[in-house]
Amino acid sequence: MNALASALGAGFLFGIGLWVSGMANPKKVLGFLDVTGDWDASLMLVMGGAVAVTLAGFKIYKTKIPMPTRADIDFPLAAGAAIFGIGWGIAGYCPGPAITAASTLSTESIVFVGAMIAGGYLHRLLDKAATR
Amino acid sequence: MHDFTPISALIGGALIGLASVWLLAANGRIAGVSSILHGVFSPPEARQGLHDAQWRAWFISGLLLAGLAWQAAGAPVPLRAGFPLGWAAAAGLLVGFGTRMSGGCTSGHGVCGLGRLSARSLVAVIVFMAAGMVAAYVTRHVLGVAS
Repeated sequence: MNALASALGAGFLFGIGLWVSGMANPKKVLGFLDVTGDWDASLMLVMGGAVAVTLAGFKIYKTKIPMPTRADIDFPLAAGAAIFGIGWGIAGYCPGPAITAASTLSTESIVFVGAMIAGGYLHRLLDKAATR
Repeated sequence: MHDFTPISALIGGALIGLASVWLLAANGRIAGVSSILHGVFSPPEARQGLHDAQWRAWFISGLLLAGLAWQAAGAPVPLRAGFPLGWAAAAGLLVGFGTRMSGGCTSGHGVCGLGRLSARSLVAVIVFMAAGMVAAYVTRHVLGVAS
């Protein structure tokens, strides 16, 4: 199968998984992240189900396909993860769910995705300025 | 925990995992949505080979098509009303900036990074989960935003 068709198919299956699991619903995501009150542990099982499959699947392919090699734990890793987590906790969207939710044309998801692209662009500009 | 949906969570999670293994097996790529998205917009000199922006755009299109198919099938689409757009914009900026700074999100560091037993990704997952929990609490219960 050609690379573009498999990318489309994998994106589609990934998206369906987001809808089936409830990840595409920011209120459900926040029901997990907000541990006070009526906590919803479902998203723990989404991650668990996904990682169970990647653990098994990646094991088959890791000898044949080059994997990311970085192993260092540095400041940008931790600080970037914290910044991402804050945005995730405010709105209840991480990148995949936000994109697939934008197909509903809800204003909040479209605004979020636009801002997310702008945030990535801003990081590239600052990173470029810092390394010059 | 009356909203707990363990079966659909596990099945949906498994589908996400399968999609990630598929992309690795067929394209040799890690299914990290933030990296794939931002790669669509990266300048030509930062691209990894011919068609780099194209396969990324097709993956993103697949995500969008999944949402359209879900709606066309008449499956429930929970829409949130009343979340302030200024907060949506601020959160999107933070997510876009932070995922590029740390090199991944819930999919790249979470689903794929944990799947390949990366300590780097495990640290990222612990940090963004903790930050997300604090931010969700503060947004809802301190700032009183209807999220």
